Amino acid sequence: MSAAIELDNVCCDFGSFRAVDHVNVTIKAGEFFSFLGPSGCGKTTILRMISGFTEPSEGVIRIGGKDMKGQRPNQRPTALIFQNLALFPLMPVWENISFGLEVRGVDKATRRAKADELLRLVDLPGAGDKMIAQLSGGQKQRVAIARALAVEPQVMLLDEPLSALDLKLRQHMRAELRAIQKRTGVTFIYITHDQGEALAMSDRVGVMSQGRLQQVADPRDIYNNPVNGFVASFVGENNILTGTVGQRSDGFATFQTKLGTFRARLGEKAGTGAVKLYVRPEHMRLSEAPAAENSVPVTVGDVSFEGNFIAVMTATDDGTQLVAELRNDGAATVPAPGTRLHMSFDAARASILPDETTAEG
Amino acid sequence: MQDLLRRYGTLLTAVFVILTAFWLLALVVLPNFTMLESSFRPYLPVTEIGGPKDVYSFGNYLKFFANSTDTSFLGMTFQMPIHMKIFFLTVWYSAIVTLVTFLITYPLAYYLAKVVNPRTLPSLLLLILIPLWVSEALRAFAWYIILTLNGPLNAVLVGIGILDKPVRWQQGVVTPYDAIMIGLVYTYLFFMLFPIYNAIQSLDTNQIEAAEDLGSPWWRTHLRVILPHAKPGIASGCVMVFMLSAGSLLVPVQLGSPRSLWFTQTIQQWMLEAQDWNTGAAYSLLFLLLCIVFVFAVMRIFKVNLSDIAK
Repeated sequence: MSAAIELDNVCCDFGSFRAVDHVNVTIKAGEFFSFLGPSGCGKTTILRMISGFTEPSEGVIRIGGKDMKGQRPNQRPTALIFQNLALFPLMPVWENISFGLEVRGVDKATRRAKADELLRLVDLPGAGDKMIAQLSGGQKQRVAIARALAVEPQVMLLDEPLSALDLKLRQHMRAELRAIQKRTGVTFIYITHDQGEALAMSDRVGVMSQGRLQQVADPRDIYNNPVNGFVASFVGENNILTGTVGQRSDGFATFQTKLGTFRARLGEKAGTGAVKLYVRPEHMRLSEAPAAENSVPVTVGDVSFEGNFIAVMTATDDGTQLVAELRNDGAATVPAPGTRLHMSFDAARASILPDETTAEG
Repeated sequence: MQDLLRRYGTLLTAVFVILTAFWLLALVVLPNFTMLESSFRPYLPVTEIGGPKDVYSFGNYLKFFANSTDTSFLGMTFQMPIHMKIFFLTVWYSAIVTLVTFLITYPLAYYLAKVVNPRTLPSLLLLILIPLWVSEALRAFAWYIILTLNGPLNAVLVGIGILDKPVRWQQGVVTPYDAIMIGLVYTYLFFMLFPIYNAIQSLDTNQIEAAEDLGSPWWRTHLRVILPHAKPGIASGCVMVFMLSAGSLLVPVQLGSPRSLWFTQTIQQWMLEAQDWNTGAAYSLLFLLLCIVFVFAVMRIFKVNLSDIAK
């Protein structure tokens, strides 16, 4: 069972500080939705408002169409997985998992059976009688997931649960979480500051900054079509050029900079305010001869061999730093530092975007 | 030891060891051993000390079992030596004092540790600590004034209509030991409050929230998450309050009546009024021993280890 969550103009103030500012989003039932943003952007506050530990200062939160105002966390159909997991160290694993059932008055034998079943689901069979302290980080993770699943929540809320794990385990748990979500069909709301996690696991991602939701889209759109400079630079790397918009024509515009005039897609939110030109390093090309458009002569600086790609740091004649990432296909030649080359990009791969969406709605 | 030597050198290490040894031997072992030794010797006129009558015996301890008297407890009537009766009453009422103290301090400790705004906490702790700056004797005396026949407690209770006329608290209203228990609870409240406060404070608030998030009502969260975590603090608080209450002399003397004798008063009678330090020492050791047995028995029942308390 899963339910949709609606955040309708939700705000949250802590004293004079507005932690969450007019957030509007509808998370579909059965969806894996991530809130992505730097620390302090308000994403954890959103999670605490959905789970009921914090009341919104303004706006309405609906779960499955029902207004959650005044409902305590123990009355909501949500289960929260805490950043530090908050497992009960004095109970064995199986009691941890079945605590939610114990609360609901389920008898001991049923509880034990359910705990064992969930332990199999999270791939920890036979760990029921262990104490929490005997488990490794990844195992604790699984117990926390099982404990949350035991109450058959309609919505699972996850507060950066993977941040304490090492890289390999984190990548493994990403796939695991995704698989558990697909298997159970429960709505997952995932909080993270790790763009890789958000992009790899989610159906849709909401990027947040300073309490505001900047963009809600599927991971591909977030990366390929960011609506503003914040999203573009928080998710992935960018070469950023300052300048002014010139002539506009169906979705594209010319952009005058100190380095010359470029042509790029004009972002939807690029109004009359300040805008910049964003091009991802992997969309930069290096060539000996100048390209037909969007080309600028550069001098190669440091070259960093990263394995699957080669990062080439270059400087234009006026000192602007531009980075190109070349895919290492095994035959790629690494340009020597000091080489004079031309850097270019497709107009369709470059975007003219405002810095940050402010006061939306 | 190697670590100490490496870190502080020979001289400082020697100072530490000597100071610790002095404390243990001269201030703990020696006086207790002296008391143990004298408890086995009879009380004799000065001229006969060291004479033929000065031999070791259990005579002083046997006085504890002498002088049987009718005793009624919880509706049962039976014969019991008078001093043993006072001992059991002391243990019983100390246990009640411990329980009442726990019931008062646990909610307060939880409130201070997890509910109160961290900014107002220092002023609240200060308010709680200020009475501790006044000596125990004065605090007991303050309760003497509160509890007297024409004192403020009676005035308030009569004033709001709970009582028809003032009652003699020191004579006892519910039990003969009412006034003593009130005094002891107040005097030793802090010895329960701070260990429990520390224990609850060290609990990760996320665990409380996790329990609530899983649907737990507040009482079950306390029962299954907070109380088990605070158990070592509760145990050390209980042991301290129990031992201090049972061993208190000041409060029973100031707030008691002839109907409410405390075992420490019996010891005091042997030591000061009868001048029989030998029997007094025997009673003291017996009292210590029996209280320790009682504490260990209770710890056993509640499955608390000594190492938990030491934490």
